[in-house]
Amino acid sequence: MATEFTFTISDPEGMHARPAGRLVEEAQKYRSSIILDDNGTTADAKRIFAVMALGAKQGDVIDVTVDGPDQDKAAEELQAFFKENL
Amino acid sequence: MRELKGTGVSTGIAIGPIKVLEEAGQVERRTVDDPQAEIERFHQAQQVSMDQLAKLREDTAARIGEDKAELFDTHRLMLKDPDYVEGIEGQIRSDKVNAEFAVDATAQRFADMFAAMDSPYMQARAADVKDVSRRLIDNLGSGVQAGQQDQATIIMASDLAPSQTAQMDPSQVLGFATSQGSANSHTAILAKTMGLPAVIGLGQSPRPEDQGLTAIVDGSQGLVLIDPDEETLGSYEARQREYRERMQRLQELKGKPTRTKEGQEVHLYANIGRPSDLDAVEANDAEGVGLFRSEFLYLESDDFPTEEFQFQAYKEVAQRMGDKPVIIRTLDIGADKQVGYFGLKQEANPALGYRAIRICLTRPEIFKVQLRAILRASAFGNIAIMLPMITSTTEVDQARVIIDQVKSELRGKGVDFREDIQVGIMIETPASVIMAPELARKVDFFSIGTNDLTQYTLACDRQNPNLGQFADPHSPAVLRMIHMTVDAAHRAGIWCGICGELGADRALTETFLDDGLDELSVSPASVLPVREVIRSR
Repeated sequence: MATEFTFTISDPEGMHARPAGRLVEEAQKYRSSIILDDNGTTADAKRIFAVMALGAKQGDVIDVTVDGPDQDKAAEELQAFFKENL
Repeated sequence: MRELKGTGVSTGIAIGPIKVLEEAGQVERRTVDDPQAEIERFHQAQQVSMDQLAKLREDTAARIGEDKAELFDTHRLMLKDPDYVEGIEGQIRSDKVNAEFAVDATAQRFADMFAAMDSPYMQARAADVKDVSRRLIDNLGSGVQAGQQDQATIIMASDLAPSQTAQMDPSQVLGFATSQGSANSHTAILAKTMGLPAVIGLGQSPRPEDQGLTAIVDGSQGLVLIDPDEETLGSYEARQREYRERMQRLQELKGKPTRTKEGQEVHLYANIGRPSDLDAVEANDAEGVGLFRSEFLYLESDDFPTEEFQFQAYKEVAQRMGDKPVIIRTLDIGADKQVGYFGLKQEANPALGYRAIRICLTRPEIFKVQLRAILRASAFGNIAIMLPMITSTTEVDQARVIIDQVKSELRGKGVDFREDIQVGIMIETPASVIMAPELARKVDFFSIGTNDLTQYTLACDRQNPNLGQFADPHSPAVLRMIHMTVDAAHRAGIWCGICGELGADRALTETFLDDGLDELSVSPASVLPVREVIRSR
C-alpha cells in the first residue's frame, strides 16, 4: 500500500528551476517511486524535465504518491522538504 | 572582405583570428554505421560535461555565490535526466545519426516544451536546456572549449551563455562579435567589465567556415570586418595604435585632480552595480562611488536577501573605498526591474507604477532590513544613503522617520553605525525638480538621475525604441531641469551631482561646469575621459 500525502505550493514563483532541482535531488535519495500529481498531470519526481514540465504554480494542490521499500521515511522527509522549499 | 554592421557596446579595436562558438541548431547530420559506438561517445561527452559542471559549480560558488552556483546543479540534473538521455540514445539507435545531431534534436524538443508553457519564467528555461546541450555538443566535437584555447581570438557566436563566458580565460579573448543580444545582454556587460571591444546584434549568424580567418572588431563604430584586405587592415592597425596611445594618455591622468584651468573642482565618482565592480573603480581612479545600485542583491536572489548578506556586500564596498564616499541607492525595484518574490502585480504603466521608494514606504518591513544593513556597514567607511523616485517632501519625512526608527533600534542594541550618515535623494521626477527648494532643506544632497528625468520630463518611455528622436536628453527642457535643481541645491547650501548616463556625455561637460554641478558619477570606464575634458578647460 503506497503512502500518499498532499501539499499546496505557497512559493509565489511556483515550482521554478531551483526548488525543482532540489526536489529531484532529494527524491533520488530514495528507492521508492515518487509520483507527483498536479490536477491530473503526473510526473516522476526523480526526473527534472518532468517535474519542471508540470509547471506547478502557487496555490496548486499536489498529490504525492510514494511506493516502495522506504516509502514511510521518504514520505515523511519529503513532506518536511516541501514545507521548507515550496 | 565582408562587412557586418551591428551595435558597438564596448569601445576599442580588436584584430585577430576568429573563433566561432558553435551552438545548437547548426549541427550537421551524419549517418553512423555503429550506433552503439556513437552512444558510447555520447556517454563520454556526458561524463566530461558532468565534471566541467561540477568544477564550474565550485568556482561559481566561491566567486559569485551559492545562489548562482545552484543553476549548475540543475544543469547536471538535466544532463542525467532519463527522459533526455533516452531521447538522445533512442534517436541515435533508431535513426543511425551522429550524437551531435541527436543531442541537438532532443534539446530542441525539450526547449519547445518549455517555450510552450504559459509562465514567462518557464519559457526562459528553454535557454538552460540549450546551454546544457551546447556543452555536450562542444564536448562531442574537437574537445576544444572556449576556455581552453592556445591562441588569443575574437569570439563570434549567436549570443554567449553565462556558462560559456564563466570559463573563458580573459587573456585569450581579444573581442566579441555576436549576431544577437542587446545593450544589457550578458555579452555586453561582460565585455565592458573586461575592457574588450564588442559588437552585438549583427543579425547574421556566425559561419563555421570563418573559423581562423582574420577579423576586425570596431567597438566604437559597431563594425565587424571579416577577412579584411591589406589596406583596411593597415588603416585599422594604425587606429588600434592610436586608440591604445589614447588609453595610455588617459592612464597618465590617474592621481591628477579633476579641476579646470580656472580652478573649478568637480568630484568625479563612479557608478557600480556590485562589489566586484570596484576593480574597475580602482583601475580608473574614481574618487568615490556616486551610485551603488543595490538592486543586484535583490535581482540575483530567489528570496528577500537577508540583512547579513546585504551587510557583507555594503561593508566590503565601504572598506575597500576607505575614506572615499560610497553612496548607496536604496531599493529601486519595479518598472523595468522585476523580481518574482516581491509578488508585484502586472501594471499597465510600470514606469508610473508601484516602484522604488513607493514600495519601501508601504512595505517598511522590507525597507528596514536594507537600512539596518546599510547603517551597520556605515561603521566601516564613508557611506551615504540615497532615496530614489522622490516626488514630495512628505516621502522624505516618512523615509526619515523609518531611518530614525532603525537608528534607535541599533542604538538600543549597542550596534555601531555612523550617527551623522548623510541622506540624499535622487532627482528624477519633474515633481522633485519643482519642489527642489523645499526638498533641499530636508536632505544632505541631490543626485540627478538623468535617464528617468528625461523619460518623465519628455513623456518618453525609455524602453520604446521608436522614440529615438523625441527622447533627447539634450533637450532644453531636460537641461533646464538640471539647472533649476543645481540652483535650488546651492541656495540651500547642499551639494548636487548627476549619476545618470548624461553625466558621462562629454558634449555636455561644459554645460555642467557652467551650471556649477559639484559631482559627476559615471561608469568606471568614463572617469578618465571626463577628467580629461574637465582638465582641458
